[in-house]
Amino acid sequence: MRPLAAVLLATGAILAALALGAAFGETAIPLGIVAKTAANHLFGAGFAVNPIDAGIVWDYRLARAVVAACCGVALALSGVVLQALLRNALADPYVLGISAGASTGAVTVAILGVGAGALSLSAGAFLGALMAFGIVALLARAAGSGAGAVILAGIAGSQLFNALTSFIVTRSANAEQARGIMFWLLGNLSGARWTDVALTLPVAATGALVCLLQVRALDAFTFGADSAASLGVPVRATQILLVSTAALMTAVMVSIVGSIGFVGLVIPHAARFLVGARHWRLVPVSAVMGAVFLVACDIASRVIVPGQVVPIGVVTALIGAPIFALILIRARRLT
Amino acid sequence: MTLTASSLGRDAGGRAILDGIDLTVAPGERLGIVGPNGSGKSTLLRLLAGIARPSRGEVRLGGVPLQRLTRRDIARRLAFVEQQAETADRLTVRDAVELGRTPHLSALRPFGEADTRVVNAALERVDMASFAGRLWHTLSGGERQRTHLARALAQEPAILLLDEPTNHLDIRHQVALLALVRRLPVTAVMALHDLNHASAYCDRVLVLRGGRIAGLGAPAEVLTPATIRAVFGVEVTVHTDPGDGTRSLLVKGHIPFGETPEMTHVTGAAR
Repeated sequence: MRPLAAVLLATGAILAALALGAAFGETAIPLGIVAKTAANHLFGAGFAVNPIDAGIVWDYRLARAVVAACCGVALALSGVVLQALLRNALADPYVLGISAGASTGAVTVAILGVGAGALSLSAGAFLGALMAFGIVALLARAAGSGAGAVILAGIAGSQLFNALTSFIVTRSANAEQARGIMFWLLGNLSGARWTDVALTLPVAATGALVCLLQVRALDAFTFGADSAASLGVPVRATQILLVSTAALMTAVMVSIVGSIGFVGLVIPHAARFLVGARHWRLVPVSAVMGAVFLVACDIASRVIVPGQVVPIGVVTALIGAPIFALILIRARRLT
Repeated sequence: MTLTASSLGRDAGGRAILDGIDLTVAPGERLGIVGPNGSGKSTLLRLLAGIARPSRGEVRLGGVPLQRLTRRDIARRLAFVEQQAETADRLTVRDAVELGRTPHLSALRPFGEADTRVVNAALERVDMASFAGRLWHTLSGGERQRTHLARALAQEPAILLLDEPTNHLDIRHQVALLALVRRLPVTAVMALHDLNHASAYCDRVLVLRGGRIAGLGAPAEVLTPATIRAVFGVEVTVHTDPGDGTRSLLVKGHIPFGETPEMTHVTGAAR
């Protein structure tokens, strides 16, 4: 496919996903009204649109769809980066302990009341995520070099922080709080507004840019870190840059929408299945697929059970796991 | 381009695994590194490649200390083929060889026609041109090793470092690979297990024992029954082919484990 056609296809897919994300929901709104509302806000077009419809489309659903798309980009790219650097097909953004740390941070704020109201749930989650990543990184460093050490350190860190979360919840939370936290942990986009877009969009865009500039370095890790070094890649600096980028992207997304599983694991594999392992194709394709997939899952989470929102983490796993299984079987047959 | 090591040493776990290595590899030379398991062959290659940092001494490439060069500068002059580097990715032979162009590319200098020509030439050099579209995991051990060699050649290096390139290859592929390395227009430093291969395919041989140089010189001067007995703990006899005069070693037996053969230091005249 020619580059121009690929860019047009990718842009079209993302715009279509966003438009559908704005149209679907408890009350379906025609795509024409979605387009008019978007034109009014973006270009001051001045179409006559019912203000209630316009409010739902712009303030709630579009903001939410854009946050979902950013989140999909960030998680998918974090997965690509970590799978390449750790050379492990099972690596995903949460192997670094980020989601476990975020939930500990969230319950510390929400249940223990740390920060006395000055800290939001998101801020607590972000701090928790960074703290967990810091501990995992130090542990991995102490455990020696190699990709295996990072994964083992991540498992230890995740178990520790998950245990802390459970400890706080069982000790201090009432039933209502426990349910609320549970819902948050499984991923929840319903609170997403344009203020969240102002944070997630630059983070996802910057992360994508960093990954795009490092596609050749990512390729060089194909045969391991020593091989990358002998191909002229400054291994340590590249690892620090890319793992920090993945960690920061994930921490920001988790702190806003909760820990949405499976995207960071499945999307890179699906993209690899479609376009191969070279990163100059894999990075952009994963980003687009991640964005479209998460917006689609968000739509599904709102329409599967009428009148009720299913946590998006449940939807990503319900859709993602069978797709993943299919890829595994097909990939084996092709070889 | 000359590669030199001076007073080179590396410690691990509180003891020296390599020490006092002084070595000059002349342009165009084929140097074989031999020694028992754990004698420091791989460590020496990794230090020469700049992948591991020395604890003592330094390595110079064309007279410049490696520490003063960027990884990219080193990779344009020197290529390293590790022992058995593997991948689980769905990668074609051409993809793997294209990785060799990495040190020559940047955001402002994308992969182009000239790079394709270098990659094609490297594939042809190692007889893998007809395999260019094959997936990595369908290749045999010999084909993988030749692909790694092509990747190293795509770096267009002046110096090639090879860590036991014939490991896990059958005898025919071993000989074919060594003959190929001998034909390449580069300086080559390779760790080898087979002493007869080192004799036949190297201009000089470096013998390592316990991380120190136990011999350095032309194969006939260094790989003597006395040195081999002292370093490897085996008894050999030397035979000369009456037809072409080539020299080969025949193993007759080994010194019982637990006994230490006395150490002798043999250094050939040729440097």
